[in-house]
Amino acid sequence: MKIVVNGEATQTQAKTLEELCAALGHGTAKVATALNGDFVPAPQRGQIKLTENDAVEIVSPRQGG
Amino acid sequence: MLEFYGTEIGSRLLTGTALYPSPQILADAVKASGSDLVTVSVRREAARASAGQGFWELIKQLDVHVLPNTAGCNTVKEAVTTAQMARELFETDWIKLEVIANNDTLQPEVFGLVEAARILNEDGFKVFPYMTEDLGVAEKLMAAGCEVLMPWGAPIGSGQGLANPLALRTMRSYFPDIPLVIDAGIGAPSHAARAMEMGYDAIMLNTAIAKAGDPVAMGRAFSQAIEAGRLAYESGLMEPRDMASPSTPVAGTPFFKIDGAS
Repeated sequence: MKIVVNGEATQTQAKTLEELCAALGHGTAKVATALNGDFVPAPQRGQIKLTENDAVEIVSPRQGG
Repeated sequence: MLEFYGTEIGSRLLTGTALYPSPQILADAVKASGSDLVTVSVRREAARASAGQGFWELIKQLDVHVLPNTAGCNTVKEAVTTAQMARELFETDWIKLEVIANNDTLQPEVFGLVEAARILNEDGFKVFPYMTEDLGVAEKLMAAGCEVLMPWGAPIGSGQGLANPLALRTMRSYFPDIPLVIDAGIGAPSHAARAMEMGYDAIMLNTAIAKAGDPVAMGRAFSQAIEAGRLAYESGLMEPRDMASPSTPVAGTPFFKIDGAS
């Protein structure tokens, strides 16, 4: 399945957002997620099923002004 | 004492965490400045990377209040979703709300700002809006639930100081009770002192410290300027006048002559 992760086209076997995070090495990392522009709280990632062309954002803490 | 949403803040200098030469210099500069609140952000994490974790550990060690921002957001939707992700990551309902109209000036997009503030306040956030000095916008933000306002001094990163001092003085006079923070555009400690002398409650800045030749010393310089400016405001500044007025007593001046006398 082709989806877009952080703006880049990505092939994935992950069925849920939780599986995608784990596959990308973020299983236990301090990241937050959004699917197609909407925030997905961490406890809900396992229930969120991915579909073709979904746009996923995965972010973490950074410096800011 | 400075308070935001009922929480006491130990310094009127609020600092950003970006653009420093190194994490250690960031930590040293924050400590030297006495800042008790730092701004942070969220950014995309690459696969199998953990840049965010290291930064989070550094911030926790600073032991200061954390204010995440929505920098870079151009729409209400982007800002709201970014705020929600930041709330989960930084474990705070405080958000420095930025909705940007123009990428050259980084001017606040005030219509979207008011709408995003309303949505976030209803969602339980405590919103710190980065705004222009427009009084009408300020009233709409307060009606949307904001209990702090953060007008810009000048465009972000410009170091120009207070571009519109008349409007900023007016804003302070018009809203005597709500905490007002000058956010952005401050380049020198004198700029910060001037804003504090006007009665602003705090100064938020990043670039002027981070890009200084010696960020740690500059953090101290800003701290002292802000403290001096606040003390001057609380002490009651004299009114300026157009003509000279002698400070040394006139009475008893030697060789004093009344006009026309010989």
